[in-house]
Amino acid sequence: MSTTTMSDTGLDTADTRTHALVHARIMLRRNLRHMQRYPSLTLMVTLMPLVFLLLFVYVFGGTLGSGLGSGMPAGLHGGRAAYADYVAPAIILMAVTAAAQGTAIAVAQDMTEGIIARFRTMAVARSSVLTGHVVGATVQTLIGVVVVTAAALAVGFRPHANAAEWLAAAGVVLLLTFAVTWLCVGLGLSAKSVETASNSPMFLILLPFLGSGFVPTSSLPTGIRWFAEYEPFTPVNETLRGLLTGTKIGDNLIITIAWCVGVAVLSYAWSRRLYEREPKAL
Amino acid sequence: MNTTTATTTTGATTAVAAISARGLRKSFGRKTVLDGIDLTVPQGTILALLGPNGAGKTTAVHLLTTYLRPDAGEIRIAGQDPARNPQAVRRAIGVTGQFSAIDGYLTGRENLMLMADLHLLPKAVGRRRAEELLERFELTEAGGKPASTYSGGMKRKLDLAMTLVGNPKVIFLDEPTTGLDPRSRHTMWDIIRGLVAEGTTILLTTQYLDEADQLAHRVAVLDGGRIVAEGTPAELKSRIPGGHIELAFADRAELDAAALLLAPTGRDDDALTLQLAGDGRVSTLRTLLRQLDDASVEVESLTVHTPDLDDVFFALTGKKGA
Repeated sequence: MSTTTMSDTGLDTADTRTHALVHARIMLRRNLRHMQRYPSLTLMVTLMPLVFLLLFVYVFGGTLGSGLGSGMPAGLHGGRAAYADYVAPAIILMAVTAAAQGTAIAVAQDMTEGIIARFRTMAVARSSVLTGHVVGATVQTLIGVVVVTAAALAVGFRPHANAAEWLAAAGVVLLLTFAVTWLCVGLGLSAKSVETASNSPMFLILLPFLGSGFVPTSSLPTGIRWFAEYEPFTPVNETLRGLLTGTKIGDNLIITIAWCVGVAVLSYAWSRRLYEREPKAL
Repeated sequence: MNTTTATTTTGATTAVAAISARGLRKSFGRKTVLDGIDLTVPQGTILALLGPNGAGKTTAVHLLTTYLRPDAGEIRIAGQDPARNPQAVRRAIGVTGQFSAIDGYLTGRENLMLMADLHLLPKAVGRRRAEELLERFELTEAGGKPASTYSGGMKRKLDLAMTLVGNPKVIFLDEPTTGLDPRSRHTMWDIIRGLVAEGTTILLTTQYLDEADQLAHRVAVLDGGRIVAEGTPAELKSRIPGGHIELAFADRAELDAAALLLAPTGRDDDALTLQLAGDGRVSTLRTLLRQLDDASVEVESLTVHTPDLDDVFFALTGKKGA
């Protein structure tokens, strides 16, 4: 009797490990089908950065571009075209954070669905539900990034990156996506309502504005400048801008990796704990 | 189809009840929801867990199905201990909760295929199983529509169909017919009877006494977190001798007069009725009618109730059943 239980337990862990991947793929397909069938959320999070792109290039771009002024690297002086080059990396970051906000909403929404309770009483690898969300969100984010990058090129963004630099830029975007997606999965899981889940990631939308994304930090008043120079989006933005338009990167790449890995690991642990905790009684 | 897994999990445990629990306790904060309950369900039978809202029925199902962990108590499901090997328990069971556990974005067919995939059935087998279940539950026509567009009854049926995809040996149904119209309710009963005929063990919760009476081999009455009675429906009914007599009156004056004359066990001023204890004997009835005649009280109608689970429930819990 006890030996049966022992061997069952052994079988169990082995099972769970091999099945975790299969289950994650099934959950991913479920999430992708949701996105495909109800594209309004995807559309909303893709449109937002597009609107900001058009706003910043065509409405503010002329004035802001002229104000970039001295202290900026060669080739980034003056005018709307220059500002398009300056702001494009920030808009790409915004595509990532906007999609992450969508992820928080999608996760919170999903947790209210009865089927999640069903998964808990099935022999389904626990991690697969979250993995499905994260990979699905990454796909959604990358689609958004491609659309936004194409739009930026259309309105005058002229990167001079070679293939390796494009690849590296894609890597940075992917790393950032991974970090903010896990963060937003945690925010979605911890939210008591879908409304909260849609509001709590707002700071991710705001942070790029308080960095080097839209204006050089040197133009900011002291207090905000200090904040801008140390907040995580500045090094990410500087790395991306460097890779795409050839500005100086310096140690920004290392700082970017550190921030992203740190946020991803902590958020992953946090999300797992939130998901594994005993559900509320209905 | 699943014979290999079935033999490995049940081989050593044939003598054990499909579901057993001892001393099950659960509190949420300071509120004790289950205060030490014992349950045993032999293989191939139905146990109805009967109780009013808030009695702890859903919590009991949550504990037995690994959804929640008990504060204390021992559980064995198909011979497995959920505290030590929850995944083995999950492989043996199917759960249909009180709130529809379906994916509203997916179609009925996709919901079933999702279950088949998670049970790691080969694609062709899964597809066949999905079609089979759609047909059995009369959902074939609706199979291509998003589940969110289904009616309450259809959602319940899809929910149960999803539970059956993995051929579970032990099924938990939490208020399977609450909110269903009478026709869907009977369809659901037929399906449940069919499952037991195939050898499935079922624990269902209900607040409907006639449902327990209709379906269950044994009934456990849950009230305030404790099992207050357990037995076959017939055993429980035999605890209340006689049943009751109900008298209906044309107006309030007659009702009052009769109430003074007799010793009613209950009265309903809106329906103008009185309930009296009855022992099922004709002489008792004759005496009653003579008393009313002598006092010139007009009775509109008289009904003799043989005891049903409603009476049992009332007698045991001091509460009126649903």
